[in-house]
Amino acid sequence: MTNDLTRLSASDLASALAAEEVSSVEATQAHLDRITAVDGDVHAFLHVASEEALETAARVDARRAAGEEVHPLAGVPIAVKDVVVTKGLPTTAGSKILENWVPPYDATLVERIKAAGLPILGKTNMDEFAMGSSTEHSAFGNTKNPWDLERIPGGSGGGSAAAVAAFEAPLAIGTDTGGSIRQPGAVTGTVGVKPTYGGVSRYGLIAMASSLDQAGPVTRTVLDAALLHELIGGHDPHDSTSIDEPVPGVVEAARQGASGDLAGLRVGVVKELSGEGYQAGVSARFDESLEQLRALGAEVVEVSCPSFAYALDAYYLIMPAEASSNLAKFDGMRFGLRVEPAEGPVTAERVMSATRGAGFGDEVKRRVILGTYALSAGYYDAYYGSAQKVRTLIQRDFAAAFAKADVLVSPTAPTTAFKFGEKLDDPLAMYLNDIATIPANLAGVPGMSVPNGLSDDGLPVGFQILAPAKADDRMYRVGAALEAALESRWGGPLLSQAPDLKTTELAR
Amino acid sequence: MTAATTTGLVSYEDAVRRYDPVLGIEVHVELGTRTKMFCAAEVEFGGEPNTQVTPVSLGLPGALPVVNGKAVEYAIRIGLALNCTIAESCRFARKNYFYPDVPKNFQTSQYDEPIAYDGWIDVELEDGAVFRVEIERAHMEEDAGKNTHVGGATGRIHGAEYSLVDYNRAGIPLVEIVTRPIEGAGERAPEVARAYVQTLRDIFRTLGVSEARMERGNVRADVNLSLRTSPDAPLGTRTETKNVNSFRSIERAVRYEVSRQAGVLDAGLPVIQETRHFHEDDGSTSSGRVKSDAEDYRYFPEPDLVPVAPSREWVEEIRASLPELPVARRRRLQTEWGYADAEMRDVVNAGAVDLIEATIAAGTSAAGARKWWMGELARRAKQDEVALEDLSVTPAQIAQLQSLVESGRINDKIARQVLDGVLAGEGDPEAVVVARGLEVVSDDGALLAAIDDALAAQPDIVEKVRGGNQGPVGAIIGAVMKATKGQADAKRVRELVLDRIGR
Repeated sequence: MTNDLTRLSASDLASALAAEEVSSVEATQAHLDRITAVDGDVHAFLHVASEEALETAARVDARRAAGEEVHPLAGVPIAVKDVVVTKGLPTTAGSKILENWVPPYDATLVERIKAAGLPILGKTNMDEFAMGSSTEHSAFGNTKNPWDLERIPGGSGGGSAAAVAAFEAPLAIGTDTGGSIRQPGAVTGTVGVKPTYGGVSRYGLIAMASSLDQAGPVTRTVLDAALLHELIGGHDPHDSTSIDEPVPGVVEAARQGASGDLAGLRVGVVKELSGEGYQAGVSARFDESLEQLRALGAEVVEVSCPSFAYALDAYYLIMPAEASSNLAKFDGMRFGLRVEPAEGPVTAERVMSATRGAGFGDEVKRRVILGTYALSAGYYDAYYGSAQKVRTLIQRDFAAAFAKADVLVSPTAPTTAFKFGEKLDDPLAMYLNDIATIPANLAGVPGMSVPNGLSDDGLPVGFQILAPAKADDRMYRVGAALEAALESRWGGPLLSQAPDLKTTELAR
Repeated sequence: MTAATTTGLVSYEDAVRRYDPVLGIEVHVELGTRTKMFCAAEVEFGGEPNTQVTPVSLGLPGALPVVNGKAVEYAIRIGLALNCTIAESCRFARKNYFYPDVPKNFQTSQYDEPIAYDGWIDVELEDGAVFRVEIERAHMEEDAGKNTHVGGATGRIHGAEYSLVDYNRAGIPLVEIVTRPIEGAGERAPEVARAYVQTLRDIFRTLGVSEARMERGNVRADVNLSLRTSPDAPLGTRTETKNVNSFRSIERAVRYEVSRQAGVLDAGLPVIQETRHFHEDDGSTSSGRVKSDAEDYRYFPEPDLVPVAPSREWVEEIRASLPELPVARRRRLQTEWGYADAEMRDVVNAGAVDLIEATIAAGTSAAGARKWWMGELARRAKQDEVALEDLSVTPAQIAQLQSLVESGRINDKIARQVLDGVLAGEGDPEAVVVARGLEVVSDDGALLAAIDDALAAQPDIVEKVRGGNQGPVGAIIGAVMKATKGQADAKRVRELVLDRIGR
């Protein structure tokens, strides 16, 4: 029974909980057991909060037993990326510099999760400060791809994607600055959504690049993503970039999409996000999915976004520039790691320097140095200034494209999961993983990755759907329709084709 | 040692004869909002260290700023009072530098988009001369925390064993007001500098945007000064003397820098562009850090905040609600009261404007109110070494006192005794008159007896008066006043004496 519970979608588990066929304590324990069984290999979690999760579960069960009205997702366990601050639970952002730091406050989205009664299973692994596409930049070891333990789970949110793919959690929170939700979703065969910028509060997200960061759902189904999106989304007075409007009707759109009718919908294929550089199997699955959408009644058109050619360049100026400033606070003065210089006087400046030298990994240092340089007097206009202009051009490209199409589509990532170490010494190759996901962050538009099959190497491929800002519901409609059609063709979810993980015998 | 410290000082008088000083003043004012610039931490002076903080003002990971709307309103008020244009939209920027009292290691400030710009303010010097200071900008920013260096002899960072940081002040809203170069002040530059900051202080208080208490650091001034050989010459190299925090110090700092820079220039050396520290003990300044192009704050627009875009309606609403500013009010009152320029200046310098206004409001004539506050009361304040407003007498009591005099119930001399009683806490003037039995004696019967005694005692005077010389009559009146302990109505006594003598 317990093993079956971990296979349920969040939506199905929520129904079983509501019908009191199963308790939240049982469901939570089942997932904790699964974590114990497989996470030694997968290493999706940096911290497992068994006690707190079971307490929450028991409280929800009691409330339900008392006949209280509870949130539809109450009692459904969830994993949270370690870049999101959780009161009382260690939060490291994958960095030595925050090792053992326990935040005194909750991120807004965590407050909402707690208020709705979702037991938090633990904190998931990630590239340090969300900088990376493979989770190899975590200071606390690699997370493995449940499809092949030799391969990366994507990044930066490899932990959340792997946790969901390995059935350690039905739901997880990710954050996406350049693709950190969507690319791991693609390479692990899971669903990942980056909402419209401002759609989910950033209060309590340890910032990498403030103008690009966005939290969102990591799940196994489109409907589950919508349910979680609706829970964590919406205006937050603590985040002045938060949109002061109701969350688009994403759950409704997901349900409607699952009925499979896309008649009248215009799907735009972005010319610049396909072809050269994309693995053959990735391109093949993409073309098949387009056919599928046509079969559901959609009209497929080609659109061109010429400025996307500069997106990666602009991104790698704006993101490090903002990151260099956001990460300045990690200095050993108030919280986290503090390292005193090995020799010489112990001054504040020297402690800051020693702490940052010891506490940050290479990729973080690389980006801080890049960003510091890009913002320096005399270079600002050429680098940061120009990048902002490119950003405007990309927004215009999106506006023009959305005049011709209701949603835009592309492969989520150019390749399937690569092997550990393959791109670690080649930052540029690593950065290219995000070529298709970055434009959405630069423009603030929402994006989703839906599993759309296996490539020739037997590894999952993702299909990216982009919608105009504040029209997140559109991509849920399309995503759910494609998911339903593909699953009926495959005879079940893609993840059921994943190899079984070796389980460690439970000592209980 | 730098060359600057080895050259001598030139006397101030000599320096301003040969050099033309140009000022530039940056004033920071802490706004009196209930909460901080970017979070809901309460702002109160003197709290236990690190009790007025939130994740935002501590710069904890994940925390985000939100702009305090009241602080924006206050900044707009200041901008409007300084005759500035209010930006239709303006952004915050990050000023990046590492220092432990800056929790995020960047200060959220405004850089190239201040909320208010292009203004001016008229500054009145003590002799009534008016000097116009042009305002370049007024922008919003957050204050830093406060470092305390423990151990070591001086309380300075050098030699300290460790340092403590109190973040209660971190994030308190500030408005920084920057002047354009202030030219043409000449030898009066120290006075102008002082009067400018004083004018701002008065404006902050009138606007209700800050308690503006210098001693608490609510208002802090950085004084830029440069010298040039003549008003037509290009601007010289300036120094910036930081955190000069009293009016007197501002004046002294300017004087010192004029003398010092003149010495440097006389020696044929260049003035070094640097920040300098002011020393209260001897009024000198000393070299801080050298400002060079190498100092790079890597400003960029704050991505965590959306632009502040005050609607024109709101700005006009604020403009309409602005109180009358001190200079305008003084001009209006002078006209209403009919005081001469010199009289008004004395009233202003004595800090008596509010007291006189209240006294007049309580029914006293403008002349009567001035007579009291600038005469007897000023004398007593000086004698007790207190400010006028700190005397224990209210404008209403002075009004009552004057009305007792005008109605003839007491005379001027008795009035001073009544004032003694009021100041001694015996109650209102009416009560003091009754309690002390000081009412004027105007009963003819009682007076005539005293007059007859006085006439009988000084027959020679009676003769002189009868002979047509009224001058000596005062001696008789004086005797009568003495006999009645000063309580007689002197005018009536005179009438009765003359009548008695037969003139």
